[in-house]
Amino acid sequence: MASNGIRDRVAIVGMGCTPFGELWDKGADDLLVDATQDAINSAGVALDDIDAFWLGTLGSGNSGLTLSRPLKIDYRPVTRVENFCATGSESLRNACYAVASGAYDLAMAVGVEKLKDSGFSGLTGIHQVGDGTGTSLTSPAAFSFLAPSYAHKYGVDPEELKEVLTRIAWKNHYNGARNPRAQFRKEVSLETISKSPRVAGELGVFDCSGVADGSAAAIVCRAEDAHRYTDAPLYVKGLSMVAGPAAGPIDPDYDYTTFEEVIRSAEDAYRQAGVTDPRSQLAMAEVHDCFTPTELVLMEDLGFAERGTGWKEVLAGTFDLDGELPVNPDGGLKSFGHPIGASGLRMMFECWLQLRGQAPEDRQIRSVTEGGRTLGLTHNLGGGPGECVSFVSVVGSEPSA
Amino acid sequence: MTSGIGAWGVYLPFWRLERKAIGAALGGPSGRGTRTVASYDEDTTTLGVEAGRRALEVPGGWSPDQLLFSSPVPAYQDKTNATTVHAALGLAQRVAAFDMVGSVRSAVGTLVAAVSAAPTVPTLAVLAEIRTGLAGGADERDSGDGAVAFACVSDGAVAELIGRASASDEFLDRWRVPGEPYSHQWEERFGEQAYVPLAKDAFADALKAAGIGVDDIDHLVVAGLHARAVRAVSGSLGVQAGVAAPDRTATIGNLGAAQLGVGLADVLERATPGQVVVTLQLADGADALVWRTTDALPAVQQARAQAGLATVAEQAEAGRSDLSYASFLTWRDQLHREPPRRPEPSRPGAPNMLRTEEWKFGFSASRCLACGFRHLPPTRVCLRCKSVDQMEPDRLADVEGTVATFTIDYLAYSLAPPTVGVVVDFDGGGRFRCELTDCDPDAVRIGTRVQMTFRRLYSADGMHNYFWKARPVGDTPVGDASAGDATMVSDGSTVPVSGKEA
Repeated sequence: MASNGIRDRVAIVGMGCTPFGELWDKGADDLLVDATQDAINSAGVALDDIDAFWLGTLGSGNSGLTLSRPLKIDYRPVTRVENFCATGSESLRNACYAVASGAYDLAMAVGVEKLKDSGFSGLTGIHQVGDGTGTSLTSPAAFSFLAPSYAHKYGVDPEELKEVLTRIAWKNHYNGARNPRAQFRKEVSLETISKSPRVAGELGVFDCSGVADGSAAAIVCRAEDAHRYTDAPLYVKGLSMVAGPAAGPIDPDYDYTTFEEVIRSAEDAYRQAGVTDPRSQLAMAEVHDCFTPTELVLMEDLGFAERGTGWKEVLAGTFDLDGELPVNPDGGLKSFGHPIGASGLRMMFECWLQLRGQAPEDRQIRSVTEGGRTLGLTHNLGGGPGECVSFVSVVGSEPSA
Repeated sequence: MTSGIGAWGVYLPFWRLERKAIGAALGGPSGRGTRTVASYDEDTTTLGVEAGRRALEVPGGWSPDQLLFSSPVPAYQDKTNATTVHAALGLAQRVAAFDMVGSVRSAVGTLVAAVSAAPTVPTLAVLAEIRTGLAGGADERDSGDGAVAFACVSDGAVAELIGRASASDEFLDRWRVPGEPYSHQWEERFGEQAYVPLAKDAFADALKAAGIGVDDIDHLVVAGLHARAVRAVSGSLGVQAGVAAPDRTATIGNLGAAQLGVGLADVLERATPGQVVVTLQLADGADALVWRTTDALPAVQQARAQAGLATVAEQAEAGRSDLSYASFLTWRDQLHREPPRRPEPSRPGAPNMLRTEEWKFGFSASRCLACGFRHLPPTRVCLRCKSVDQMEPDRLADVEGTVATFTIDYLAYSLAPPTVGVVVDFDGGGRFRCELTDCDPDAVRIGTRVQMTFRRLYSADGMHNYFWKARPVGDTPVGDASAGDATMVSDGSTVPVSGKEA
């Protein structure tokens, strides 16, 4: 038994990403056409060149027909996958493994979500018949358990922690303001963020990610074929996905300051990729900042900061766009928006731009252009504290020596 | 063998409405005192469950062979509500469960039936009421909500029924057509002249049947929704001064179907052995019951105090009286407020509920026989040791716990936002995340002690969804920040505090 990984055996050779936002004039079909056309043009291929497809969506359609119908795909394998908010990453992971196995030469991963047709401003769940004993708590409430527990465990003054969380939102808005595809493209003052109306616990509206429509797509092939399609492929170094036993809500030992699933998936991905010190080796990270306390805890779970010090690093600007390790340079879920099935691939799209030096000038990170770093990380999480699925990937612009 | 009432249980809801709040809102005369108010997540079934749980606190343990549930406002028609109470009390499948719903008179009939059956069929009688009227009316102001239950035992009774008499007559004093939310009443004077002679007749006949005189009565409880008739009857029976049970309607309101039983329980909490108690119910006639307390009473009184069961007098004085009139109207479906901009909850599935009946209704967890880990909800595979199907059921409805962490959810769908979410660590192990009810959201702390309470989470598509919530234990721990902090320090390095040390 081993998670062997596929380091440098698969490369991303084309990507596409729609603008995210309240796209009243676009349906899921339109978004899928837009993102896949972008990806195809990016790789310089035709739709007919793609041998197999993995479509990720939480609830904007069922089955492979959700993709094959709008794209008029001629009789090829299309698999719909779903893994909560990590759905987009799951589609990429499956496409990569299919190519690595040799079963297909060229595969596409695509994620889509059309959230704004529900009539509600927030996320709405997918109804399954149950016994009526499930919690009525919303997602922000579930994630709001993190902040007071973190403050208590590490002796952080709640007011100071509020500053930390505010700064995370501020940073992601700062980055999103430099991203033409982002849902929210405005910087927001610390005061506006900290005084925003409460949603749950200590969390205000500005501590929550944007509810958006959008789609993103990637085309992958075996690494040795990558240069047929592009001069600058992105090599897959490691892919890890774990689902936990959902222990947190039933285990009194869980203390709501960490995600065990993230720790495990990061360990696995780092081992596959040969990463031993993520903070010094990674050029950037796109992480699942669904709510501001999530990003704080992730800094520690992903090994970017020592336990109990993530909050200090946030205040020190370590993860800012011009910091030592930029986190969510595209604005993250916070300001890019969070169309569930698309988000994992959207994270990868930022690696695609940044590591290849193609991000807009005002947000191109210096760790790549000046620091010579070549690795990027995406982290995608679905569920809640103590009960989630977690995905971590490491990709790089250079094949290993 | 002394059959009769073996134990009792009273549940008065947490909330009180100050009567002056009605006048303040509607501009009418300002009433005095308070009335009890069932919370937005309570109905007569859940009130009955809470009363039933308290009545089952019989020294040495006791389980009925039969459950009778009575209420003028049943949560369901064409579906037995007693089976819900039965399931929530964790009673065995062989225990019969019947509804005896209808008017207030059905409640006294239920009590009589239970006591009559007790020598051969030990019976739990549960009487529950939620009563109000149109805004600004006397019923709204003077009624109250609550429930009472009596464990009617075949032996070891604390009170035996030594005589009874009824006077039945057909007249229209109070009525309600099915589907109507409020009852109607004929002119008050008409009811009074109808009730008084009937009550006197029943009273006299019952004393005769019991072979006692009016001077032998130590406690008298007269109940009825017709307050004027109740006053007139009470003053005309010729009982000695001090015999009449205390009138708590100023604080708790007239509990309708539960009023007589709550009055009787109130007396049993203060009575001594060998005393005579007469209960007289005015409802579509009159029913007089003559009880004699037994030598078993003091031990039961003592055991109940030790179990921490609040008396009627204590419950009447407890609770929270700052409920707004607007909330009261909303909870009683009289004020139609803009719902939250969230999807409405969907109805649960009947097969799902049957499969998880012991959990959903009985709050029965599972404990791993191999390693002892306690799972809420019950599971087949152990989280800790991964053993499969090595579980025993473990009912936690009466086990207390400690708040490990909590949040206030301003977004969740609720009739009484915000929703308070708590992670509870139970004494003896096990963790569960649920709602906290009957609380002040600003006063919840890590370390707050909680107990479980059976509630109606919501109704959807004409179906009620029942489950358990946590509520602060008593009135004291809530808001006592220092107590919570002290608990946290005992652990030091980690939050939440686990309840495992208990």
